[in-house]
Amino acid sequence: MKSLFVICSVFAFISGITFAAGSMDLDEYIEGINVKTSDVKSLQRGARNFFNYCSGCHTLQYMRYNQIAEDLGISEDQLMQNLIFTESSPQDLVLNNMLKDDGDRWFGKAPPDLTLVTRRKSPEYVYGLLNSFYADNNSPTGVNNHVQEASSMPHVLWDLQERLTDEEYSQFLNDTVGFLVYAGEPIIERRKSMGVWVIGFLLIFLIFSYALYKDIWREVK
Amino acid sequence: MAENLNRRKFLSIATSLTSAVGGIFAVGAFVSTFQPSKKAKALGASIKVSLSKLEPGSIIKVIYRGKPIWVLRRTNQMISELDNENAYLRDPESDLSVQPDFAKNKFRSKNPEFFVVEGVCTHLGCAPIEKFAIAPADMGPDWKGGFYCPCHGSKFDLSGRVYAGVPAPSNLRVPAHTFIDETTLLVGENS
Amino acid sequence: MAKQTESIFTNPILRWIDDRFPLSSLIKDHATEYYASKNFNIWYLFGVLSMVVLIIMLITGFFLTMNYKPSADDAFNSVEYIMRSVENGWLIRYMHSTGASFFFIVIYLHMFRAMLYGSYKKPRELIWVLGMLLYFCLMAEAFFGYLLPWGNMSYWAGQVIVNLFGYIPFVGDTLTEWIRGDYFISDITLNRFFAFHVIFLPLAIIGLVAAHILALHHVGSNNPDGIEIKKNLDETGKPIDGVAFHPFHTSKDLVGITIFLIIYFAAVFFAPEMGGYFLEVDNFEPADPLKTPEHIVPSWYFTPYYAILRAVPNAALGALFLVLAVLLFVFLPWLDKCEVKSIRYRGWQYKFALTLFAISFIALGYLGLQPATGIYVFLARFFTITYFAFFLLMPLYTKFEKTKTVPERVVYKKKES
Repeated sequence: MKSLFVICSVFAFISGITFAAGSMDLDEYIEGINVKTSDVKSLQRGARNFFNYCSGCHTLQYMRYNQIAEDLGISEDQLMQNLIFTESSPQDLVLNNMLKDDGDRWFGKAPPDLTLVTRRKSPEYVYGLLNSFYADNNSPTGVNNHVQEASSMPHVLWDLQERLTDEEYSQFLNDTVGFLVYAGEPIIERRKSMGVWVIGFLLIFLIFSYALYKDIWREVK
Repeated sequence: MAENLNRRKFLSIATSLTSAVGGIFAVGAFVSTFQPSKKAKALGASIKVSLSKLEPGSIIKVIYRGKPIWVLRRTNQMISELDNENAYLRDPESDLSVQPDFAKNKFRSKNPEFFVVEGVCTHLGCAPIEKFAIAPADMGPDWKGGFYCPCHGSKFDLSGRVYAGVPAPSNLRVPAHTFIDETTLLVGENS
Repeated sequence: MAKQTESIFTNPILRWIDDRFPLSSLIKDHATEYYASKNFNIWYLFGVLSMVVLIIMLITGFFLTMNYKPSADDAFNSVEYIMRSVENGWLIRYMHSTGASFFFIVIYLHMFRAMLYGSYKKPRELIWVLGMLLYFCLMAEAFFGYLLPWGNMSYWAGQVIVNLFGYIPFVGDTLTEWIRGDYFISDITLNRFFAFHVIFLPLAIIGLVAAHILALHHVGSNNPDGIEIKKNLDETGKPIDGVAFHPFHTSKDLVGITIFLIIYFAAVFFAPEMGGYFLEVDNFEPADPLKTPEHIVPSWYFTPYYAILRAVPNAALGALFLVLAVLLFVFLPWLDKCEVKSIRYRGWQYKFALTLFAISFIALGYLGLQPATGIYVFLARFFTITYFAFFLLMPLYTKFEKTKTVPERVVYKKKES
């Protein structure tokens, strides 16, 4: 029995690659993608979008409201009025009141937490997912999705997609995905700006250390 | 030759100084991880305490940043006793003690009725016990009600003011706090 | 009676210490009077670079340990806690995760240097063996550390690698249970892997590094010409072709270290995931025993061996070949029968074999990342054969090598500046 398990798991390991799901062809649905995490205004709009359209079902279990406010330059008043729709305090994590069991019952599978979704799946995937719903009468939600076939997610942006022009909808998605990229790695912009300083510093140090090396080695015949 | 030595000296110093600067920044980055994290700050945020069920003469205890915070609702009799003990107190005017400015009075509070205090003895950090009864057997006939620290016998009155001749050096600390409305207390910030 | 070395200090406190501790003689023996050839090239950097990475890993690891929780319930969350909540925690974590990959990059180049210039040959066999022990410890360290984030890839990679031990005859099943301390990879396994990762292996590695360097300084460093510089001494007894480690090699190494740090920090700050090679996407999802990731691949630094494992049709034999592929390195000093050390003066046979070996290693590394289908299977088998042929045929092809004459002195041309 145990050796069977061993064989199975090694086989699963080896064949994992063989059955590597043919990566969904996203290209068709992500033509308008242009996510900018350096654009604070876009991230602010993305946060508003997230809390208006997504946060009813999806959580950001590793993010705190006040960190979002601090990072995106949102005042505490704006935070309380425009982003916090639950009983939460500013320092609380972005959770909602849906219990996992309820979620499992209502959707077949509880809506996943989205803090790391862009890192687990890629920003392109999220953009493509939100851009590829189509009407399908055979589906319980009335819609189906090209990127995630048989997804139990309803098309919550249906009205919006009807109302907005293609460019506006694309901007909406870019803002929202940008916000999720930020949520996946809140220090993403700090990381890059710190990187410029560190490497600049090392380049200066390189000049001195190289000059010193050349000077010391002049003695070597 | 002298020129060569000077160049060597300049380059050595320049290299050492630059690496020292880099080292300081690197140490700074590592040491900065020691400060309270965002989670610690979130858990240490001000807390709201509802006082609607607090009866006169009783006390409620909450935890704020790991310390017991007591809210005592004093009766009129308790308040009137506060005047009689000054002679026996070490710091009756709270000059040497820690409290928000609005609590630097004999009540050590804004509203004499509600007394908010850290339940931490200023001697070595034990939690004093409430002894509100007047002249109980264990505290002796002169006891007018207050707090008694079991560790080393420090005594405090009902405003947390320390008596003279006990180990505790100063009055119990009054934490930053604000009354949001009549029955809601916010511990952690002064308004 | 201890060796008396004249103190190099004038400062009375340092002299006081010198009377009680061999400070001056340590500095002389290992820095100011340790002579190494003046014609070191870029290949001679990777030793000191592995030291730099080791120090980075020890320090960042120490700081991570203060915030990481080795339990199945908390591990994943505590990593996110480090990434978000702890001030600069993200920097420490990225330095550690990126450092792991850079460790293998510099170690592989360091090993290749030894193969290029025959640094494993007499009298340096023990340095090589100690180095190989270090390499094994490093692989174990990487494997144990890889489980700690408790992501889904961590979990399944741990599962698969532990199951490889199940192929050991008779004791396999018992052994896998002993390694895990459970019937599956669990909280218990995570806890003990953590202990190995932060205590046992780092101590072993530090001890082996000390032995590796002491042995090196005892016999002296090799050089790109493979000449023993101690054979040519000047009237004061110093090697003519050597220069003192400090300040000559230290100043040179400093330049190399700086360039290395620029590359390393470029990865840390601008590509910490490195397209999924340094941080796998599946590890952004907590361990899930019910859900095998679609593409299970080990970390890139293990993929050459992984390709060998898959190339062998029989699973148990595959595991055996994997172990042999790693172990064979140890025997290089005795497999290589050629008297000449450096590739500069060796015959075409070794040049060809080493080139083919390098190509095989890289190709296997690439194939380990690809699906085991069609042409990939054929290529993996082909390169597995060339990989083993390099070692197993070595006594034959090195015996009849037509070598060039090795010069008396190292080749060093001073560039005019």
